[in-house]
Amino acid sequence: MTGPVLPLVAVALVVVATIGIGVYGLRLARTTSDFLVASRTVSPLWNASAISGEYLSAASFLGVAGLVMAYGADALWYPVGFVAGYFVLLLFVAAPLRRSGAYTVPDFAEVRLGSRGLRRLCALAVVAIGLLYLVPQLHGAGLALRATTGAPVQVGAVLVAVVVTVNVAGGGMRSATFVQAFQYWLKLTALAVPAVFLLLAWQGDGRPALDTPTPPTFLQRTTVEVDSSTRFVVDEPVTVTVDGRQRRLEEGSTAVPGGSPVVFPAGAAVPHVASLAPATGLDWSRPLSGAGGVEHPLYATYALVLATFLGTMGLPHVLVRFYTNPDGRAARRTTLGVLALLGAFYLLPAVYGALGRLYVPELLLTGRTDAVVLSLPVAALSGPAGPLLQALLVAGAFAAFLSTSSGLLVTTAGVLAQDLLPAGRGDRAPGRVRGSVRGFQLAALGTGGVSLLVALPAAALPLTQVVGLAFAVAASTFCPLLVLGIWWRGLTVAGAGAGLLVGGGLSTLAVAATLTGSVGSDGWPAALLAQPAAWTVPTAFAVMVAGSLATRGTVPPDVGRTMMLLHAPEGLGLPAGSGPPGHADRSSPETTARRRQRAVRRTAP
Amino acid sequence: MSRPEPPRRVAVTSPRTAAVRRPPGRSALRALDEQDVVGELLVRSLVRAQLTLALRLLTVLAVLLGGLPLLFATVPSTRDVQVLGLPLPWLALGVLVYPALLVGGLVHLRLAERHERDFVDLVERS
Repeated sequence: MTGPVLPLVAVALVVVATIGIGVYGLRLARTTSDFLVASRTVSPLWNASAISGEYLSAASFLGVAGLVMAYGADALWYPVGFVAGYFVLLLFVAAPLRRSGAYTVPDFAEVRLGSRGLRRLCALAVVAIGLLYLVPQLHGAGLALRATTGAPVQVGAVLVAVVVTVNVAGGGMRSATFVQAFQYWLKLTALAVPAVFLLLAWQGDGRPALDTPTPPTFLQRTTVEVDSSTRFVVDEPVTVTVDGRQRRLEEGSTAVPGGSPVVFPAGAAVPHVASLAPATGLDWSRPLSGAGGVEHPLYATYALVLATFLGTMGLPHVLVRFYTNPDGRAARRTTLGVLALLGAFYLLPAVYGALGRLYVPELLLTGRTDAVVLSLPVAALSGPAGPLLQALLVAGAFAAFLSTSSGLLVTTAGVLAQDLLPAGRGDRAPGRVRGSVRGFQLAALGTGGVSLLVALPAAALPLTQVVGLAFAVAASTFCPLLVLGIWWRGLTVAGAGAGLLVGGGLSTLAVAATLTGSVGSDGWPAALLAQPAAWTVPTAFAVMVAGSLATRGTVPPDVGRTMMLLHAPEGLGLPAGSGPPGHADRSSPETTARRRQRAVRRTAP
Repeated sequence: MSRPEPPRRVAVTSPRTAAVRRPPGRSALRALDEQDVVGELLVRSLVRAQLTLALRLLTVLAVLLGGLPLLFATVPSTRDVQVLGLPLPWLALGVLVYPALLVGGLVHLRLAERHERDFVDLVERS
């Protein structure tokens, strides 16, 4: 069997390239500031490629197509929201955040409100969101390797965790920037080239219709590997072959004992996994039809829009990238570049999702729709093209796992090292343990290890939905903090803290309830918990505003200076976020960025 | 053999940058730096202009993009209209939305930088 060889070669090539570019970057990274923020020498195009490469995760590369395949037109809102989030970020956050000189949200909280306590609270939220986002990446790597080579799920997760942890601990962000930029282009190519071949094959087959009045059927005699734990629902009785013997599946829920391959005849209706309601092609192609069994699709759509539009700005690994822009203007240009690059990429996943219903409908039975991107070429194309293109897609998928995981790891470890690790000889000696290269490396090893420990036993998680929940938590915590902090002078420490606690607490509870499946899947409670952003984001905003108004007397006295720092364009000779240290002591809360710069200056040769 | 002393190396620089040619007005700059009434007003007006711009574009986004689900819900026939061989929802959400967001971003970039130039001009003139 030559099957697993090509995908393994592809994975090996991506891993070697990632490590190679990492080593090349390491030679250039000398000081702490090189290590963490690439010395802010990254040009807008590089930076936009790097942001896009970092952002396009397993959820985008594999998950979106899987959701489109299962849920139809409504799932198109996921990629739309992933891009529109950058538009909102451009409008409200990009330039002022860069000008604040903040490297992470905790930095921003301290620059704006001068509170160490609030800083710690933000750091906790960063770690929570980082882990919530990191785990599905590792899990996706396991799924991808299993789908293409049959390796156990754990192998892919361990592979990605080890490569990323070693690479990040060794090279930091400087190498990450090169790696990320390279990986955006790899991912775009890997998804675009097979899509062209698949569309040609579809054309060659006479463009079979997708909006049929019936649920999907098997185009040809199909062998399906069903593991014994999978329960599926048979709607039309069908005679299948199991272990060479004919067996009739009657209507109703069914499981195949022993995990034997089941052979379905051509033209049979595809039984669906128990958690997914079968939809006719017509319903699938229509928005708001509830295809796949979504309750209250209009609410779910708006809640998803809110979570993704507002959550992007709160994703820790996204914000860090803005610090690598030289100034606020470059930050805007970088964001515009990201809008273009992401827009080009997200034209593609829907193609896979749609064609998947025709060529690999058995994924609706096994519930592994996340594998549609990787399974399509072999199923739809004849000859050597299928395996070759599949290998290309595996390479792209691993680029996605590696790049997003590195970005998350750099940020989460950075925040851990900076704010949550023991401070060694105390705060009086900044840069000694906290924020030092060694502290960062230790934090990276710790974070990588913990996320792997969580990912290994995790049950089958739908990639994009878990990522969607991370967006909801980010939108309910950091979005109000950033928007109100940047645009409203009245924000106070107490108000911001209360808003973070309420928004973060509510959204985390909703996530926990959804992931543990403790609330069933019917009716309003389930819909509200599965997409919490629609009520947690307004609540967080309201609490933050009300709390600030109630503690009006504690508005920082230097808020006018901070507002000027955030909004005044560079080049006026005013103290700026990245200004020389002489300016630093003018504003009372010294930012980490400045502290770090000074620490570096002391230790640099 | 003694050669004539080579000419000393000197740095040749051009003073023709905006910063040198037109030094910022002292008084406004100091007003900004010291955050007196004038400085405060200058910054407040810049922030208000930028915020208005951002909210306007957000409203456009909310109406155009946020209105789509409402349109599909209230006029169900729009879900089946075929445009250019694709159902309207797929054309709008799968293709058109991305260039539209890019254009919106470009508009914001232009206008936000214009506000900043106006602010700089105001500071330098005074």
